[in-house]
Amino acid sequence: MKMELIQPFINAADAVLSQGLQSPMEIGNLTMEEQAYRRKGVAAMVRVSGEIEGRIIFDLDTKTAARVASHFAGAELPESDDLVREAVCELANQVIGNAIAVLNDQGFKFRVHPPELHTSESGPKSTENTEALVLCFDTTSGNVFMNIALQYHTAAAAASGNSE
Amino acid sequence: MEQFAAVKRSKDGQPVQYLIVDDSVFARKNLGRIIESFGGQVVGEAGDGVTAISEYDRLKPDIVLMDITMPQMEGIEAAEKIVQKNPEARVVMVSSVGYQENIVAALQRGARHFVQKPVKPEVLYEVIKYVLGEDAVVASASGAGA
Repeated sequence: MKMELIQPFINAADAVLSQGLQSPMEIGNLTMEEQAYRRKGVAAMVRVSGEIEGRIIFDLDTKTAARVASHFAGAELPESDDLVREAVCELANQVIGNAIAVLNDQGFKFRVHPPELHTSESGPKSTENTEALVLCFDTTSGNVFMNIALQYHTAAAAASGNSE
Repeated sequence: MEQFAAVKRSKDGQPVQYLIVDDSVFARKNLGRIIESFGGQVVGEAGDGVTAISEYDRLKPDIVLMDITMPQMEGIEAAEKIVQKNPEARVVMVSSVGYQENIVAALQRGARHFVQKPVKPEVLYEVIKYVLGEDAVVASASGAGA
């Protein structure tokens, strides 16, 4: 996966999380996921389709999810509250939507689908074509993970003049 | 949350009425809190474009805040259908997918403005005043309790 695809996600996460949590965050580990994806807690998945295809999973352990959701809601939310899961989905929507906007303005044509709660404990293993990159963001509320598996859809890209 | 000088309807001095359209309950609640800080009144909510159209017909709000990426019918199409039937409708798109093509499409199909998520209350406040124009008055600071 090329850095040109990743940087907008880092920038968007920085902007959205820093604004919502009202404190700076740091980019922690950046790793390639070689094993099958395993959910850490509350996870939201957003699919993208078009010249770039794949999915991004936004994943927080349950305590971090409750703390982050409480920040964004402006009120204390218990871990069991449905609003916590809603907040993680909306957070994923905002981060990924902002990143997709930048990539679209760079000329990549693709669309983002509504976020869905990712309830499976695990996901498919990365392959050579759909390797997953895991970004960890250190926030004052805990670690926020973003698991990105995207690939160029060469036929769509060639049709519009973009290519790898 | 910061309080703003209340924006009222100039015709009757009543709170501006809003319909909030977003598939995320969390986003709707957050937008509702922001609207209340403007002295506005949320008269309805919808989670998709189809419901937004019927709710607009039923409620005739002063402002519609409309997300783009939604199930069933996306926000731009819903905005277009609302404005086709109600040319006076004021639809403000509120979305994270604020790329140029989307913004232009939304404006060409009837939206009055576009606000990028995450929403900054001070930005939305200015947009609301701009979109309402002479149909709104801003209460004095003392009257609004700000």
